[in-house]
Amino acid sequence: MKIKETTMENTTEGILIELTVNNHPGAMSHICGLFSRRGYNLEKILCFPLAGRGESEMWLLVKEEDKLDQVIKQLTKLEDVQALNYRRNSEAFFVKLEALVEHL
Amino acid sequence: MTTMNGAELIINLLERHNITTIAGIPGGANLPLYDALRSSTTIHHVLCRHEQGAGFIAQGIARSTGRPGVCFATSGPGATNILTAIADAYLDSVPMLCITGQVPKSLIGTDAFQEVDTYGMSIPITKHNFLIRSAEQIPDILQRAFTIATQGRPGPVVIDVPKDVQLQRITLEQIPVCTTPPTASSCSSDAVGTAAAMINAARKPILYLGGGVISSGAHGAVRRLIDKNGLPATMTLMGLGAIPSDHPGALGMLGMHAARSTNMALEECDLLIAAGVRFDDRATGKVSEFCPNADVIHMDIDPSEVHKLKRANVALVGDLAECLEQLLPLIEARHRTGWHQHITELKERYPLTIPEAMVPQKPYGLIRKVADLVGDDVIVTTDVGKHQMWTAQVYPFSRPRQFLTSGGLGTMGFGLPAAIGAALAHPDRLVICFTGDGSLQMNIQELATVVEQQLNIKIIVLNNTSLGLVRQQQGLFYNNNHFASDYTIDIDFATIARGFGMKSVDFKFSPLAGELLQDAIASPGPCLINVPIDKEEEVYPMVPPGAANNTMIGGYSNPVEPALASEE
Repeated sequence: MKIKETTMENTTEGILIELTVNNHPGAMSHICGLFSRRGYNLEKILCFPLAGRGESEMWLLVKEEDKLDQVIKQLTKLEDVQALNYRRNSEAFFVKLEALVEHL
Repeated sequence: MTTMNGAELIINLLERHNITTIAGIPGGANLPLYDALRSSTTIHHVLCRHEQGAGFIAQGIARSTGRPGVCFATSGPGATNILTAIADAYLDSVPMLCITGQVPKSLIGTDAFQEVDTYGMSIPITKHNFLIRSAEQIPDILQRAFTIATQGRPGPVVIDVPKDVQLQRITLEQIPVCTTPPTASSCSSDAVGTAAAMINAARKPILYLGGGVISSGAHGAVRRLIDKNGLPATMTLMGLGAIPSDHPGALGMLGMHAARSTNMALEECDLLIAAGVRFDDRATGKVSEFCPNADVIHMDIDPSEVHKLKRANVALVGDLAECLEQLLPLIEARHRTGWHQHITELKERYPLTIPEAMVPQKPYGLIRKVADLVGDDVIVTTDVGKHQMWTAQVYPFSRPRQFLTSGGLGTMGFGLPAAIGAALAHPDRLVICFTGDGSLQMNIQELATVVEQQLNIKIIVLNNTSLGLVRQQQGLFYNNNHFASDYTIDIDFATIARGFGMKSVDFKFSPLAGELLQDAIASPGPCLINVPIDKEEEVYPMVPPGAANNTMIGGYSNPVEPALASEE
């Protein structure tokens, strides 16, 4: 699997991991289970299906700079993970969403 | 066109994957699978007495052959019982397929009778797992399960099959062909060049061999590397057998119960060549102080193992046998006479054993006596505890897959069912199971399975009427407070074995004599041999848990100093 890293010019903290995963009921358990079992903190999570592809896009925000190498490698090993990109300084991706949630 | 139900399709596909033995126990939710298995002419079913036994029998097959082992369990308690054996396979990277029955789909999530979330519970202890939702998925999932279990770093796969999916009728144009997974990739040639230069330049290199050498079949290449470059080699518990123990370069096991000289040589080495290992804490001790003067080359097929616990200077990620083949032409011929001479001096100055310990009435002597009597052709399994460490220290292992033991999970109860699996896969070989009285009681019900299958297994119980290794730790690190580690009744295992219909010999009342032991081992079929061992016989040397490997307690070259270092 190809792992792509994008560096963003931004000041907010956090590493955004974008996963493309097989869309089935157990995929989320596999991802979340990995984080709890290996003791990685998962700050934020967003998941949405990719229309007509049997796949979902899953965005994970982590602040595990020290463990990032392991987080990436362990995620890549999961059978349901089809693609993985990550970008540093990417908390901004979640900011608008959080503003939306506050207005609900 | 063929029509069958999901269960029949599963059995058919297992046959096509050349599975010839399945260990398991039937129950309500997997009865369709058993009904289909009844008609199989090529698969031999082994009825166990507890699902954990079934899981370890599958492991015994897998560990002794390298091919995936298969086990069956029903839903609920069947599934929960087998989880320990799956976790054990996961930690030791053993290829295994566990197929569990599940309540019908319409009842999933309703707390139905014998319903547990097998899928959810097995996520953290499997390489991958599946819940089959319709019979149409079966061919694809079975193929993927075999590929995942065996390809790359091997591991266990759980397939949970609801009862209605087992009964669902399905019509297929043709049953799909089963394919063998492609072989693993080679590693980067730049890294190989750098690694070769480091090996050629090193003055005091040591090879550190793990279970990966055995699962990748890289022992031949390892041997050529050792012989060409004059490398000393230490092995992890899982790596024992990677090279013969009598090879001049062999340093035996490293870590918590290594020979003093092995840990001392590692302390001095300037290059650590790690092959198929994961820097487990029982091997490395306090990892920040492990091989303090060494650069590290780490070869492994699993990229996540590299830099996980110890930063490597060079990483060779790929199939170990392939990596070594790439490496070999670049390696210069060396004898390294000075380095070997120094290690020999260490071995002579700090011997693991002394002649007084090698009498058959003592653990080391007993184990060596058995090895002498049975010859090189046997397969040896152990349980977990003192007897396991003594066996790992002194048994003369000569080839891969000769020694089957629970390394990562350290599961008491492993030895007997694993021996059954090994014996089923190798009907021509004698299987020796070294066990302890504590471990044997954890899966003692499988004595029935041994007798039923009439397997050539000799169970040697090193009986110290205690949880010996726990007791030892209490003695060393908990002010000699032997709490909950001494058994207060003395169990008559010889009588119990006879109750199961198994022959037995007890050395409780007669001193252990060679002829009697020889007769017991030579007699055909299963036999249990009980050998009383003094409670105070300890496993030395010992690195306290959490301490660095240069903190070794005890051993014949150094008497025990109590409470040398506190635990953790």
